[in-house]
Amino acid sequence: MSGRVGIEASIAIAEAAGLCDVDVIAAYPITPQTHIVEHLSEMVADGRCDAAFVPVESEHSALSVCCGSVATGARTFTATSSQGLALMHEILFIASAVRLPIVMAVANRALSAPINIWNDHSDVMAERDVGWIQVFAENGQEAADLIVWAFRVAEDPRVLLPVMVNFDGFILSHVIEPIELPDPERVRRFLPPYTPAVKLDVDAPVSIGPVGIPEIYTEARYAHARALQDAAGPIADAFEAFTWQFGRCYRTVETYEAGDAESILVVMGSIAETAMTVVDERRRRGEKVGLVRPRLWRPFPADDFVAALGGARAVGIIDRAVSPGAVAGPVACEVRAALSRGGARPALTEFVVGLGGRDVSEADFHSMFDDLAQVPAGPAAPRPPRFVGLRE
Amino acid sequence: VERQSDRPRWIDLPVGVAILTPGSARAYHTGSWRSAHPVWQAAQCVSCGVCTIFCPEGCLTIAGGQATPEPDLDYCKGCGICAHECLTGCISMVDEEE
Repeated sequence: MSGRVGIEASIAIAEAAGLCDVDVIAAYPITPQTHIVEHLSEMVADGRCDAAFVPVESEHSALSVCCGSVATGARTFTATSSQGLALMHEILFIASAVRLPIVMAVANRALSAPINIWNDHSDVMAERDVGWIQVFAENGQEAADLIVWAFRVAEDPRVLLPVMVNFDGFILSHVIEPIELPDPERVRRFLPPYTPAVKLDVDAPVSIGPVGIPEIYTEARYAHARALQDAAGPIADAFEAFTWQFGRCYRTVETYEAGDAESILVVMGSIAETAMTVVDERRRRGEKVGLVRPRLWRPFPADDFVAALGGARAVGIIDRAVSPGAVAGPVACEVRAALSRGGARPALTEFVVGLGGRDVSEADFHSMFDDLAQVPAGPAAPRPPRFVGLRE
Repeated sequence: VERQSDRPRWIDLPVGVAILTPGSARAYHTGSWRSAHPVWQAAQCVSCGVCTIFCPEGCLTIAGGQATPEPDLDYCKGCGICAHECLTGCISMVDEEE
């Protein structure tokens, strides 16, 4: 298959997983991820995808099945969203600590209460510390591409960690856009067969996930944390290999007009597309504004991120989740920590936008850039984030 | 207390802290947890073997020709299940200090 076709992002993600020759799919449907699971089950039923499709009774079971299947050496895919991701919580830690290279698409959606099926980043931010590699896609093309990329990274013998591909629920999952699905022959070349370091095999028994007594636990946690940190190199390698194979270039951190920018907004996910339109408009007026978009969230690419900010005078950090009682939102905390290691000290302003499906408009980005234009230079005492569009 | 140098460094752990060789539980002497051990009144013991079946560690055996079971104190945790289940009440748990 080559050339762009008009296709819903969820269908493209399912097709991408099929192109990766997955062996096992275990998933439970949840809005707005449902179309991925439905389409994969159709692909399996039609014989287009030679995988076992395991219909489970919950997301907790879905990820448990995935742990078991990948532990036998089977390439394994799942997808979820919101409450489903929350229900997977305890198994998320196990999948990563046992070093099981599952790939999971997460259609990002708000968490209850109040019940809300629409998009924000509450679900994934609550799972920040589960030890998975986590990336955020900006559009449907990127979401589909990152699925293929994710299997290569996850199964890299130097990595062996699960990967979560985040993409905005509804805003991406249900939108039809022109997408070029990767060529199957090129996917085969890009993705070598999965060779587990340790696998469940009745002829050569091992125990995985055993108890870690106090004499072992600290070393085990450190080994896991190091594995995630040390995945940075293979992650960059896989982005480069992807570019060579498929001609689309992805990096750990994307920038837009950031080189000489005095004011920079830090954005994650699909709202960056609206933000680019606003940057173009303000650039036409002669304003030096730009964007920095971390694609890789875990391990956080602190060096690439700080370099991308360059010499910006004012930086606005956009969070799409609330961390009640925290000093700042999850992204803002990360940015503050990254900047605290030295180098430039821009004036930081924090925003919370687009909660539970609230549209983030061009006017919202203008108002945030207006804020940045007014902040005094240099580090200032942190203020609580501005909830953009909040009725006060 | 074991010496620190006897224990694996983080880099020595198998990927995902898997156990690659079966039987590793044998190397871990749960007997170190024990605060009491079972003692048999041989006159009341009928050699029925109930205690050997209930022992969660499988560390009680009645060797051929023996009248009462012998606990393997490397693994006996002192849980007292044998004493609780004994049909004739001939097992008592005795504190380690005594």
